[in-house]
Amino acid sequence: MRRLIRTLLLVPLLGLAAPALAQVPMGEASTVKEGLEIGTSTSEIAIASDFRGADLTIFGALTNADELFLAIGQYDVVVTLEGPRDYATVRRKERVFGIWMNTESMTFEQVPESYSLASTRQIDSIDEAPSLNNIGVGIAHMPLNPVGYISDSGSIREFRDAYRRLKLANGLYQRDTSGVQFVSSSLFRASLKLPANIPDGIHMVRAYLFKGGQLIAQRELPLRVVKTGIEQAITDAAHERPFAYGFLCVLIAVVTGWGASLLFRKD
Amino acid sequence: MTVYLPIAELSVNIFIILGMGAAVGFLSGMFGVGGGFLITPLLIFYNIPPVVAVATGANQVVASSISGAITHFRRGTLDMKLGCVLLVGGLAGATAGVWVFSWLRRVGQLDLFISILYVVLLSTIGALMLQESLRALRRARNNEQLPLKRPGQHNWVHRLPLKMRFKKSKIYLSAIPVVALGFGIGVLTSIMGVGGGFIMVPAMIYLLRIPTSVVVGTSLFQIIFVTAYTTMVQAATNYSVDIVLATILMVAGVIGAQYGVRVGQKLRGEQLRALLALLVLAVGIRLAIDLIVTPEEIYSVAVGGLSY
Repeated sequence: MRRLIRTLLLVPLLGLAAPALAQVPMGEASTVKEGLEIGTSTSEIAIASDFRGADLTIFGALTNADELFLAIGQYDVVVTLEGPRDYATVRRKERVFGIWMNTESMTFEQVPESYSLASTRQIDSIDEAPSLNNIGVGIAHMPLNPVGYISDSGSIREFRDAYRRLKLANGLYQRDTSGVQFVSSSLFRASLKLPANIPDGIHMVRAYLFKGGQLIAQRELPLRVVKTGIEQAITDAAHERPFAYGFLCVLIAVVTGWGASLLFRKD
Repeated sequence: MTVYLPIAELSVNIFIILGMGAAVGFLSGMFGVGGGFLITPLLIFYNIPPVVAVATGANQVVASSISGAITHFRRGTLDMKLGCVLLVGGLAGATAGVWVFSWLRRVGQLDLFISILYVVLLSTIGALMLQESLRALRRARNNEQLPLKRPGQHNWVHRLPLKMRFKKSKIYLSAIPVVALGFGIGVLTSIMGVGGGFIMVPAMIYLLRIPTSVVVGTSLFQIIFVTAYTTMVQAATNYSVDIVLATILMVAGVIGAQYGVRVGQKLRGEQLRALLALLVLAVGIRLAIDLIVTPEEIYSVAVGGLSY
């Protein structure tokens, strides 16, 4: 019998988790598969235009965890928040006749616009690179597939490195290798950083449970990020009703120009 | 105090934008120019994306040109027929320009193209203006007389077919160079976010031999409609007009212009032109330096849409 712990608050979880663990006797855990549950306090985040970044806390619990493995810290949790996916084009400048201009470019398929990662420790010490590449966890391991055929593998690596560096630099990609902390033997809390320039749309919270370097469980939850406020209303208007928006811009210009000439008229 | 620009997607200090608008407005009032060729580079220097700077610059020119056009309309120094022929070319040029603009943006060469156009245009015009005003200053110092111009003289432009009679300007002129001039200015409006008066006025005077009295009013008439049209098309195709940025610039600009006009009336023309020439040159040189200096980061990322 598996007891699912699906709740948002830490306090009731603490009470429930202890009896849950008590039902799994030592040594028998290897026959029972471990489970992973996560919860967020909301499925939607509203962000005002003065948003300067925040932390998103996600609670989770391991079920059927092996006491022995827990005691020696063999369980690792990685939680990520992936933004909506889109194509991304990386361009490189070169000096041409003394002027710096974009010469080469590479477009990557469907990469997350934002990516925030929290883990119990350095993810490269949790698992080996090839298997991390396989599951695509971590900024250095997420798949970056160029569109079209590119024969020069050296330049692919350079463009991938540049992409990751730029995304980390502007804060859209973040990682916190101590962002997941166990609050009790089987309960953990993950703090994910939301960047100030977080894109709106459907984000995905993904949690991965590793046991002795093996991925054994995975969970995901959608999280909608909605921008609110007058600035977002303007952005929406500009994209959804471009003609009306353009007309309004011209109208403001006419009123301002005409108004000034009336206001400052001397005769 | 910071204000968030929704289209440019960045927070700026409102007082810097107000100051920019007022300063450019002041200069445009003082020198009688639209100010688009100053506001767009200034916005780029302040890290506003060039795409937004150009489209918003065009919007700002609508406001700064309108009061001048109204004045000329009242005084009767506006040739409506000539303005409409110019406008035909201008609207076609702006359409072509926006198309080129979107294409350059797609292939990732827009920022470079805008900078190069500005460097070429500003340094050429700045140098010509400086040369002319220095000559005028020297002449004034030596009390020389102006060499007599002979406006009646005809050039190749006047041998072209499709002639039309423009009553107000009292000229009989082929429509081809007028439409072509309008077209060229329209392209510049949509790619550079300028009104183009600083090119159109000399071209009308020296190339088309249109009487000076109607030149400014007529060019302002065409500028208003072409910049308004460009604003609409940019908003519809590139979603790049920032209404918040534009409003701040326009309000500060029209107020600054009123004071600029008053100061401009007190200063002497040649000195004023030399000053403007130096300013134009400085902006051009600054942009040229940005093109040549090795950038800190040679890579850039653009999100969305398949592009090569």
